[in-house]
Amino acid sequence: MSITGSASGNDNRGIRELGGEEKVGWDEVTQGVALNSFVGESENAAFLKPEERNYNDFNSYTATVASWRIIKPVYNRDICIDCQNCWVWCPDTSIISRDKQMLGIDYDHCKGCGVCVEVCPTNPKSLLMFGEKEDNDEALAGWPTKEKK
Amino acid sequence: MAKEFDLNEVEVWDGNFATSQALRQAQIDVVAAYPITPSTPIVEGYGSYVANGYIDGEFVMVESEHAAMSGCIGAAAAGGRVATATSSQGFALMAEVLYQASGMRLPIVLAVVNRALASPLNVRGDHSDMYLGRDSGWIQIDAFNSQEAYDLPLCAFKIGENLGVRLPVMVHQDGFTTSHKAQNVYPLKDDVAYKFVGDYVPVDEMLDFTRPVTHGAQTEEDWHYEHKAKQHKALMDSRPVIDEVFAEFKKLTGREYKRVETYMMEDAEVALVLLGSSVETAELAAKELREEGIKVGIIAPRCIRPFPYDLIREALDSESLKAVCCMDKSAPGGAMGALFNEVSAAAYTTSSRPMITNYIYGLGGRDFAIDEAKRIMKEQKAHADAGHITTNIQQFSGLRGPKLGFYETRRS
Repeated sequence: MSITGSASGNDNRGIRELGGEEKVGWDEVTQGVALNSFVGESENAAFLKPEERNYNDFNSYTATVASWRIIKPVYNRDICIDCQNCWVWCPDTSIISRDKQMLGIDYDHCKGCGVCVEVCPTNPKSLLMFGEKEDNDEALAGWPTKEKK
Repeated sequence: MAKEFDLNEVEVWDGNFATSQALRQAQIDVVAAYPITPSTPIVEGYGSYVANGYIDGEFVMVESEHAAMSGCIGAAAAGGRVATATSSQGFALMAEVLYQASGMRLPIVLAVVNRALASPLNVRGDHSDMYLGRDSGWIQIDAFNSQEAYDLPLCAFKIGENLGVRLPVMVHQDGFTTSHKAQNVYPLKDDVAYKFVGDYVPVDEMLDFTRPVTHGAQTEEDWHYEHKAKQHKALMDSRPVIDEVFAEFKKLTGREYKRVETYMMEDAEVALVLLGSSVETAELAAKELREEGIKVGIIAPRCIRPFPYDLIREALDSESLKAVCCMDKSAPGGAMGALFNEVSAAAYTTSSRPMITNYIYGLGGRDFAIDEAKRIMKEQKAHADAGHITTNIQQFSGLRGPKLGFYETRRS
């Protein structure tokens, strides 16, 4: 599943199923289950955007880990004011924002907790929860209008 | 820079003081500790060395033993040399985190001053806490006196930190009988001791920002088994490393350690297998009985984990050896003593297959003296002469009340 609005063409976010990694024998597993986040050295990782980092296969970034989500947030770009509240509060870093502009939801890591909807300050909200199987375009077509005081 | 500690060629130290001096000389980066009798003076002493400038490191006072070992794990994963000390209930509270330390392959050194486990509450020495650590994946080494309580922690760092091992190590000593008994100890000079231990070489350390790493990952049925097998192999493979470190220590000090210590086993007809401060009592008893013509020998596992199946078997596989008594200083909880079980399993694959019995003794610090050791040795001699076990297989030494025992032999 892709995000709403792509951050980069080379992004390896959620490209594999969790548990789909190669199963090596006891002699090849890492010592002490130490799992490096990146392939090789990555001194400047903090200064790179996630899609620019060389994530290791044992980092959950490359896995899709949201199969148990039953409700999902849908993002409405027309109403969003790019306040970054949802980005700050999301417990799974699943709000994708670049240069203080909201791009969308990372559906490979979002667990559907709804915190982003709770903290959204716009009227109507720019994020609303829908059933996992509901179509995003239909959800956007039926978006509520501004509530009167 | 840490100040050098002025040491005499021979000092009068109890086991606790000896261990805290060894920890000081290893120049640990972090000690996270919570005090408990009888191990308190180890970390108390260490704290004073930090406060007085003898160590370049951190002393972290935490709220429990669970937190103490957790703090040690964090500091070790960050990339530091780490140690702490505990006993009994504190050890039990640490139990959960002990498994984390070994599974994460962090070479923490834990000084365990053995003490009974409640209930009833008891501060005296027995091996209940040591036995509780049996399956925790740590290397366990046992000091029988103050000198060894100084020597073995130095060896422990070198063993655990060996890049082929990378496992935590417990160094045990008996509560009060060793920890609070002042004896002559020959320490090394600070620089000599540190040089023996060597600089700490971190592995997958969290403070290496060029290689960010996750420690303490979760693995389910698809990965857990392989990691535990690899960990077990590391523990089994630590045996030659322990032997090498002991050999290097002998070269430096003249003091020799083996994974299994034996005493007069060459021609022994009967033997006692036991741990801790009781070993020296048994050696004295054996010496006296030898003068009466009974050929007694002593087997003392120095290394409890990895269990020295190889060397125990070697010690037992003798034509002359007829009867062996394994002595467990821990309440067996509805089974034969653990030492009995493990030694018997090793003996079963030898051709000599001596008769083996089990004594529970010394619980809660109950005294074990030379006369009682001699009585038990003579009982083994009676088994040897009769050609079969003449008592219950499991008995209790030094216990008041009617004689207590379980199971009879089915070998004639």
